[in-house]
Amino acid sequence: MTESLWDLLLRSLLPIVGGALTGTIPLALMSFVLGLVIALGIALMRLSRIWIVSGVARAYISIIRGTPLLVQLFVIFYGLPSIGILVDPWPSAIIAFSLNVGGYAAEVIRAAILSVPKGQWEAGYTIGMSRGQTLVRVILPQAARVSVPPLSNTFISLVKDTSLASLILVTELFRQAQQIAAFSQEFMALYIEAAVVYWVICLVLSSAQSVLEKRLDRYVAH
Amino acid sequence: MSPTDPLAPEPADAVIAAPLLTARGIRKSFGDVEVLKSIDLTVPRGDVVALIGPSGSGKTTVLRSLNGLEVPEAGTVEFSGGNVVDFSKAPSKRQLASLRDRSAMVFQQFNLFPHRTVLENVIEGPVQVQKRPKAEAIADARVLLERVGLGAKADAYPFELSGGQQQRVGIVRALALKPQLLLFDEPTSALDPELVGDVLDVIRELATEGWTMVLVTHELAFASHVADTIVFMDGGVVVESGPPTEVLQNPREARTKQFLHRLLDR
Repeated sequence: MTESLWDLLLRSLLPIVGGALTGTIPLALMSFVLGLVIALGIALMRLSRIWIVSGVARAYISIIRGTPLLVQLFVIFYGLPSIGILVDPWPSAIIAFSLNVGGYAAEVIRAAILSVPKGQWEAGYTIGMSRGQTLVRVILPQAARVSVPPLSNTFISLVKDTSLASLILVTELFRQAQQIAAFSQEFMALYIEAAVVYWVICLVLSSAQSVLEKRLDRYVAH
Repeated sequence: MSPTDPLAPEPADAVIAAPLLTARGIRKSFGDVEVLKSIDLTVPRGDVVALIGPSGSGKTTVLRSLNGLEVPEAGTVEFSGGNVVDFSKAPSKRQLASLRDRSAMVFQQFNLFPHRTVLENVIEGPVQVQKRPKAEAIADARVLLERVGLGAKADAYPFELSGGQQQRVGIVRALALKPQLLLFDEPTSALDPELVGDVLDVIRELATEGWTMVLVTHELAFASHVADTIVFMDGGVVVESGPPTEVLQNPREARTKQFLHRLLDR
């Protein structure tokens, strides 16, 4: 009995890790990159002096943070078809996760931009740079350093949240585990196995975070 | 330049005699506090103008207005041969850029870019803004760094330098833009006393070379040596201005006397 359970775990490792490689990880990566683009836009809007612009950004952040990710996902995948917009599982998942990351990361990026001393903007202006040039060449590189730890948090949360995509039929890590569990009736073993795979992915990400932090810290006194 | 100005340039050869920079009627408030009450400032080409005065007198705000870092509510700033920037209308980006083309600022807190090496700090403006060839900008930057004794530090990051070294990089970053006017905002106020000398030496040398400069400073002895004109400000107005021998040695105004006494009695 224990022998066959061990076999089952070994045999299911391939589809589960496969689900991670073809589902969880690309889903998380794509959503994170898109999410950061959205977040940067929202953060800059939020910093705008034009109240309508900052108001829109504020509302966006409030809605994203004030509603469950699962509900956002269901609105897109199950809700939109009822008004005639059909979105496939993968795009639905990417849209929902990107929008979600966009809301959370916007606040991180905004805070990071504000953490760069005002003198840095002025130094950029006095050497003749425009606002945009100063933002890109002076402010964002410094803001990036500050935002690595909180954005790593966001990314790690996202990796785990992609398991929700199993509920809209995306074949990823957790859905693979669910299917094998349903078939074999070994729920405990397979869900623990899935948990371990998630944990390993997150361990790798955490060490990547430290490497990145060290790299970005090279110009700062210790 | 206003039409009534006797020095108003007409033909091209008169431009030499015209001041490099003329600011008139600069007014600025922060909230309810009027920090500049109609300031006039003339900076002849090749001259060093030192703004002195108690803290809160508005001297830094004047300096920052010349570079568009503060936008005054009223007044005009004009570089000889350039357009008049009239602050009574909100200045356009192009107008602010025209001021920054002509002048470069050295900050009290250095404001070097911490994520870039010394060399990268210096070539950032020439390469990114002035679009000069990178190799040429690097060659120029190395010459300038060498001149202020920092040739060996080109690849260091700002945090690896002392305050005095950072400020010399700040000066080189300004020089690399080849501006017509150098603006110094209390360049030695953030430095440890033993590091002040090196930075003042560099500024003194620039003055000897004929750079036009406006300098906000608390170093009165230095100002009296290096400046052609001392402008004493208090409470948002220019109380008196003239050569150091007049303003510092024989001040006319009671407020100037009081300020100098307070400093000298320390």
